[in-house]
Amino acid sequence: MNDFSDAFATALSLILNLDQDLAEIVLLSLRVSLTAVLVAAVIGLPLGAALALFRFPGRSAAIVIVNALMGLPPVVVGLVVYLLLSRSGPLGPLGLLFSPAAMIIAQAVLVTPIVAALTRQVVEDLWAEYEEQLRSLGATPARAIGTLLWDGRFSLVTAVLAGFGRASAEVGAVMIVGGNIAHVTRVMTTTIALEVSKGDLALALGLGIILIALSLAVNGAASLIRETARRYQGALA
Amino acid sequence: MRTIIRLLAGLATTAALLFPAHAADKYITVASTTSTEQSGLFGHLLPKFTAKTGIEVRVIAQGTGQALKTGRQGDADVLFVHDPVAEKKFVEEGYGVGRREVMYNDFVVVGPKSDPAGVKGAKSTAEALKRIADAQAGFASRGDKSGTHAAELRHWKAAGVDVAAASGSWYRETGSGMGPTLNTAAAMEAYSLTDRGTWLNFKNRKNLEIVFEGDPSLFNQYGVILVNPDKHAHVKKDMGQTFMNWLTSAEGQQTIADYKINGEQLFFPNYKPGS
Repeated sequence: MNDFSDAFATALSLILNLDQDLAEIVLLSLRVSLTAVLVAAVIGLPLGAALALFRFPGRSAAIVIVNALMGLPPVVVGLVVYLLLSRSGPLGPLGLLFSPAAMIIAQAVLVTPIVAALTRQVVEDLWAEYEEQLRSLGATPARAIGTLLWDGRFSLVTAVLAGFGRASAEVGAVMIVGGNIAHVTRVMTTTIALEVSKGDLALALGLGIILIALSLAVNGAASLIRETARRYQGALA
Repeated sequence: MRTIIRLLAGLATTAALLFPAHAADKYITVASTTSTEQSGLFGHLLPKFTAKTGIEVRVIAQGTGQALKTGRQGDADVLFVHDPVAEKKFVEEGYGVGRREVMYNDFVVVGPKSDPAGVKGAKSTAEALKRIADAQAGFASRGDKSGTHAAELRHWKAAGVDVAAASGSWYRETGSGMGPTLNTAAAMEAYSLTDRGTWLNFKNRKNLEIVFEGDPSLFNQYGVILVNPDKHAHVKKDMGQTFMNWLTSAEGQQTIADYKINGEQLFFPNYKPGS
């Protein structure tokens, strides 16, 4: 039980002392995961909406595939991105391996299917509800994409947050493509893995507590924005 | 597939624009082993090199097998590893040039304080391992093709023990780095072979202690190799060579000797010109 109290004490002292290395690692974690989620949202939201609204041959298969890709193993994604970005790989000349950019790419690949699959569900439900109305106003599915994404924005925040949760929690992909280089590509999860390797379990768990607190803060902030926006909208109506 | 690659290329370019590589930054990428990183040697060594030359050293800590693979792919400039047999093969195959021997440390056998296999009185490494096998006492192996793993397998062979047959019973392959393997050994009260540096820096020892050490056969040689610039044109040849020269200079060798944990020296510089 001592391990747990040690971990809380370690976490607290790291935060209170505003540990320089910790701040750097936390900021890099946020930078990498938030950028990856942004990229994933830009691709995943329209992709999910398109899957919901368009009818084309192979659509059900495409939906099954996108849903299944939500379970992509991070370590496999890391390996594939590694082989693509490696100097011996097709994108080698870009020299991106072992950089934050490589980590963003890997996490974006992991998160995009999550955003797309959840978006598809949200938009499909909305379309079922409003199809007649929208069609009577002359909207085709293509023109309805923007409307429905805007209409479902509160639910879609959850889809994006699910993506962020995945990105900020994974270690397998960023370890392989980032290399866990101190001050360059070392993020929260890879630091935790390293401290476990050193047998410093209290420090590792302390960092884990900080990571969970960080995730709580991001989700709390999103919820606050959502509620404020909703209230504001209610006041307008 | 082509579209996917194009899409990824677009993504990569966007990412590259978002995070411009610091073109002014002088740095090299060194693929090294978990033992040098986790023992804290690099934390002691690299700032001194960077202060002198202005070259930043980015270390990726992997097992020796993986580090050699990284070098083969051209994803590092310099390798700093400890498996002389594999290193020489790497150079012979044309993937590396200018290999130099830098320093050595030693391996130790750790195990539960109660020493159920009676390893403490052994006369040689082979005898120590033979006793563990005879007692079928738990043994945690790296099992990850690292330099330490390669050395361990050579010692088992010398002891005449077929560990492949025992894998999964008393012989446990963790398939992970030295630290995680020691965590496993500590939790299972098992024996393990570790480099001294990682052991001295390791905090979660529980009931483990050194049960066998000092046999000359436990000597562990480290070398540096420049990844062959003829194979991979982007290798930072000059800066990589500067790093290798510094490690083997009088100053670099002294800095290595100066690294101590609790007053105990971890690595012993032994560069000989022409080695």
